[in-house]
Amino acid sequence: MKNGIEIRWHGRGGQGAKTAALLLADVAFKTGKNVQGFPEYGPERMGAPITAYNRISDGKIRVHSNIYTPDYVVVVDETLLSSVDVTAGLKRNGAVIINTPKSRGEIADKLNGYKGRVYTVDARKISEEALGKNFPNSPMLAAIVAVSGVMDRDTFIGEMRSSYGHKFAKKPEVIDGNMKALEMAYDVVWEAMEEDKMSLSA
Amino acid sequence: MAVKERMSGNEAVSYAIRQINPDVMPAFPITPSTEIPQMVSTYIANGEMDTEFIPVESEHSSMSAAIGAEAAGARSLTATSSAGLALMWEELLLAASNRLPLVLALVNRTLSGPININCDHSDSMGARDTGWIQIYAENNQEAYDNFIQAYPIAENESVHLPVMVCQDGFITSHAVENIELLEDEAVKKFVGEYNPEEYLLNPGKPVSAGPYSVSSYAMEAKKNQEIALENSKAAILETAKRFKKISGREYGLFEEYRTKDADYIMLIMGSAAGTAKQAVDEMRAHGFKAGVLKLRVFRPFPAEEIAKALSSCRAVAIMDRCESYNGNGGPLGSEVTSALFRNKVMVETVNYIYGLAGRDFTVEETKAVFNELEDMAVNGKKPEQYQYIGLRK
Repeated sequence: MKNGIEIRWHGRGGQGAKTAALLLADVAFKTGKNVQGFPEYGPERMGAPITAYNRISDGKIRVHSNIYTPDYVVVVDETLLSSVDVTAGLKRNGAVIINTPKSRGEIADKLNGYKGRVYTVDARKISEEALGKNFPNSPMLAAIVAVSGVMDRDTFIGEMRSSYGHKFAKKPEVIDGNMKALEMAYDVVWEAMEEDKMSLSA
Repeated sequence: MAVKERMSGNEAVSYAIRQINPDVMPAFPITPSTEIPQMVSTYIANGEMDTEFIPVESEHSSMSAAIGAEAAGARSLTATSSAGLALMWEELLLAASNRLPLVLALVNRTLSGPININCDHSDSMGARDTGWIQIYAENNQEAYDNFIQAYPIAENESVHLPVMVCQDGFITSHAVENIELLEDEAVKKFVGEYNPEEYLLNPGKPVSAGPYSVSSYAMEAKKNQEIALENSKAAILETAKRFKKISGREYGLFEEYRTKDADYIMLIMGSAAGTAKQAVDEMRAHGFKAGVLKLRVFRPFPAEEIAKALSSCRAVAIMDRCESYNGNGGPLGSEVTSALFRNKVMVETVNYIYGLAGRDFTVEETKAVFNELEDMAVNGKKPEQYQYIGLRK
């Protein structure tokens, strides 16, 4: 896989981690990338831990196995941290993004000693504010796009507007809320990344 | 003009079905193939195709109805997986012996038990002696391309046999990947109209389908079926040649990936072939001459061709995604070694069982297999035959 990145999603059945992985594949495809987005199915039921994966690359993707040494990990449900080793195999120069109201410092001791970058997004709060409902997957999608840099903000927002326009053709009233959730989450993570850069250069 | 898209394997096959617009599709849902009848019935409801969709109460009925429709003169198909295919068992033999060129979109899933929804090839391997042509896909692109080639192969006048188009459950059926689609018109022209010579709803030429045959004739009927499968090899290759003209993509009975000068070859089928190719590239970068023979067509079984392709390497790993419970190796293990023996190709082989019930198969595991082959050929180590990959100790 040439110039490729690998992403692993952890969520619970019903939270939309799989949908988010497929949306990420979709939006990366539109920017000309080779993509793979796939779920790993266990006993499917609401609330059970599920895993989904993305490969995004300039070259052809041929591997059809799960991802064991991801560049990035997205945790859609904070309660998974006590039962799933979410940072297993995660690259040191990669990052983990967690949906939680806690700060990075407060969550660090639950990551099995992971030494790389950690970002937190309060996806529940963002989603409830923007959409009036708890759909954490849209904010987490924006967060991984910001952290991984697979595309810039304008491209992402533009492509997502057209995707949602298509997906929600029959209920256009939810489009603006979803767009707002994406922008809010993107900016929260972007700010944290800027802080990191500042502290590095300081 | 090719259309660049991204879709899952199930979406790709459903898209091909819409483009072909066959006459009749009876179906009963089962994971992981459920999306195919679901998407096709959506296309029908939206007026994008006019196939007659028959919701039936079981897979026994879906294959029976497909047989009935095909015998009546209608181009037919169905889709299923796992236990669904097992429930069709009796009808699979009827479809083939009545020489009905219908097509089955099979999304491979393990058979019970333990009950499990994930991929292995035990469903289609269980049906390997039913007289169907079986074609396997590495990814969504191949699932799409194979489906488009299925009717021209099945309906070829020297063949007249049903075709099973197989893809790996979840691994390709539910994975969204890039794909190049053909224009509707190109597909329709390629597949053509179905004009059977003999069919039940032809008042000008009455025929009967599926009658009793006495012992003095039944054996000849079976031999004719065998001859038709032999003939299908040429039809598969001719169809592939024609398909290359409209798609630019090349297909054969199998694909030889970097095998020409390879010391060690892995023979494998389905989605894991892509993973194996990745391992080959990485090992070749370090001077290890590895290659992959990806079997596309399992029935008709290209015994002579496989033996020839493996004749100049030092050792072969034969990979079965299916357990034969104390047979003489898995289905590929026993058939490939017998092909080598009959063609007097005396190359070392090891039969591995991998990926049962969705167990993952990785690049690293592929490399370990190649290293074991080298250890055998160079250091005279005798590896265990019929060994499992990734088994919990």
